[in-house]
Amino acid sequence: MSDNQKSQRDAAVEALYEEAGHWHINTGDETIHAKRVGGKWRTLKWLTSSLWLIYFLGPYLRWGDRQAVLFDIPNRQFHLFGVTILPQDFWMLSLLLLFFAILLAVVTAVAGRVWCGFFCFQTVWTDVYTWIEEKLEGAPAKRQKLDKAPLSFEKIRTKGVKHLLWLIIAFITGIGFITWFVDAQQFWIDLLSFNLGTTALITLALFTVGTYVLAGFLREQACFWLCPYARIQAVMVDNSTAVPTYDFHRGEPRGRVKKGQNEDDRTTGDCVDCNQCVAVCPTGVDIRHGQQEGCIMCALCIDACDIVMEKVGRPTGLIRYESLDTLNGKEDRPLLKRPRVWIYTAVLALSLVGIAYGLSTLDAIEIKVIHDRQPLFVVQSDGSIQNKYTVKILNKMTEDMDVAITASGLEGLQVIGADKPITSQHGKVTPKTIFVRVPPANIGGDSMPILFRAVGTDKNGQPFVSERQSVFMGPG
Amino acid sequence: MADKNPFPGENNTGHIWDDNLRELKNPPPRWWMIAFWASVIWWIAYGVIYPMWPALPGSQGYTKGVTGWTQMKEYNEGVAEVEAVRAEFETKLAGLSAADILNDEGLSAYTVASAKVLFGDNCAACHGRSGQGGPGFPVLVDDDWLYGGAIENIEQTITIGRKGIMTAHANVLKPEEVDELANAVVAGKPESSPLFLQKGCIACHGMDGKGMAALGSANLTDSLYRFVPQEGQSVLDSVKYTIMHGVNDPTDPSTRQAVMPAFGERLSQDDIKKLAVYVHRLGGGQ
Repeated sequence: MSDNQKSQRDAAVEALYEEAGHWHINTGDETIHAKRVGGKWRTLKWLTSSLWLIYFLGPYLRWGDRQAVLFDIPNRQFHLFGVTILPQDFWMLSLLLLFFAILLAVVTAVAGRVWCGFFCFQTVWTDVYTWIEEKLEGAPAKRQKLDKAPLSFEKIRTKGVKHLLWLIIAFITGIGFITWFVDAQQFWIDLLSFNLGTTALITLALFTVGTYVLAGFLREQACFWLCPYARIQAVMVDNSTAVPTYDFHRGEPRGRVKKGQNEDDRTTGDCVDCNQCVAVCPTGVDIRHGQQEGCIMCALCIDACDIVMEKVGRPTGLIRYESLDTLNGKEDRPLLKRPRVWIYTAVLALSLVGIAYGLSTLDAIEIKVIHDRQPLFVVQSDGSIQNKYTVKILNKMTEDMDVAITASGLEGLQVIGADKPITSQHGKVTPKTIFVRVPPANIGGDSMPILFRAVGTDKNGQPFVSERQSVFMGPG
Repeated sequence: MADKNPFPGENNTGHIWDDNLRELKNPPPRWWMIAFWASVIWWIAYGVIYPMWPALPGSQGYTKGVTGWTQMKEYNEGVAEVEAVRAEFETKLAGLSAADILNDEGLSAYTVASAKVLFGDNCAACHGRSGQGGPGFPVLVDDDWLYGGAIENIEQTITIGRKGIMTAHANVLKPEEVDELANAVVAGKPESSPLFLQKGCIACHGMDGKGMAALGSANLTDSLYRFVPQEGQSVLDSVKYTIMHGVNDPTDPSTRQAVMPAFGERLSQDDIKKLAVYVHRLGGGQ
């Protein structure tokens, strides 16, 4: 290292140490004003954050004459592009939730809190809010000063603009949420003509206030004290999980760079104790204390540390994605040798297969048969036995359909009340009472299986079939 | 109570027990005070908006609240809402005959749904909740009708009531004649016995023993009985009992009782129409 380089380095670290005095560990009593530095992880974070644009823009996608994705709760219909899912097919939702739960687990097992650090709405919205704050109020030190400054016109103006922008974002967030559940175009018409319904207004107000408070004020405290997911991290992470880690073998004992010191003479580790990793941390933790619940693993400290390492001429990666095992010199277990990966993958695959099966076998019509219990059966004057059934025809198509009902399974049975096809209304359940009569000679017990079959025909003549097993009761 | 406070400067009330147990004057937490005052504001606002205070002793009434809300009003609004939905059907029903209602898919579906209450109030006590009948009371869900199972017959039965008559034959027939007739009836072939013709059974039950709807006489050839045997009684004994003691015969104190009261006075014509449709659709209507 030449003298020139040394003096350059000394000037750089001097500025860093001056700043270092301002940072201390977050205990929740002071607003965290994290410093923003660039870097590849910062860029990646912006990219992952931008996925949330789907949340805002998705509802404006159209499919034919309706919204492409619409969770129409009042009409109990979920539209997903070409598919309409009725509550009867809701079991698929539990598989979808299972899929995401396990996806979360598998990602956490492999690379830590990726969701928290890069995707979570709390992280992303807080990030955007503090970005606005920095644009308006300046660097962290200036913000802290402004916070402490007495009330002045200038302070009110700056803060006022900030809060206004925050509220606008919060309001748009509310609109984004609602437009997944009501038609987006109609929503804007209602909004601009002040014709919103009570539910929409309440939802909008809740989301506006919620977003404003959570992203504007609670911030990392939500991750610390509110979020249950943050609480269950520890069980998903193990020694093979690669997470942002401070390489204490390399860094310790940390020591400040002394002016004019030769790099070869130093007795300290690579960590120059500049506290930049703490300064940039959005939750205010110190990564050098090791894995901790306050760390959302957003990797911003990696960027900060690498910048410093470059400045002081030491190799980068003092803080990097690394597992505890490799950090301690053990061989890294390959992914395929980790049982968690196998188990999680199996569950993931199962839920995916289930959803695929469900979507591919969505019936156009579905019948349910309810056997009347009082009386179980009626003896007719000719001695034949009559049973009463309520057949419920669910039509999942978008148009009404004529459905013919037949029954089979008992010799000589006669279906009464279904001689004409039944018009089943689309998207609804149409109930129909029918009677089945069986001659006494063919009664073989007090409970016999009977199979109902419904054949619906749409306007193109395509038949849709649904079958349902029931019982025929007799005197035995 | 010590004159000298042993814990000066800590804002206690001066109440000290057991040497050091003492009451402090710390304010409640902020969130608690906010909730407390919010409750007070809520209480005042409630009193302004809703009826709240009774009148002073000796006078009548209560504070009405600015919105004039009452439970009765809300209830009546709810009823009116339901009535508005029903009115559409009810006005249509009023102008139609029971047969017309039966033939209209929508109206008969409405009737089946709404007349359930009428049936429960007026019919279920004897005929069972689902028309399955009861000891001594006819089944309404089968296809065996004394007075006919057409919609008009059912409507008439409800309106004017029914009281079938069968004379007691205990004093007219010898026990062996009762036996022979009863056996023929149980076999489903009453006309196979010459007594059926000789003793005049045909007058009411018809030459073929199939009964006459005009009289309400039972069909003796089918497998259903108007009077089902009691617990432990054989079908034959039950039939013999009916032959000997008759039905509604005032001269025999042991006679079978079978009276359907008239509902023409008790129910409106629309209600009777609805009940007729409901009964017809129970499963045995013809």
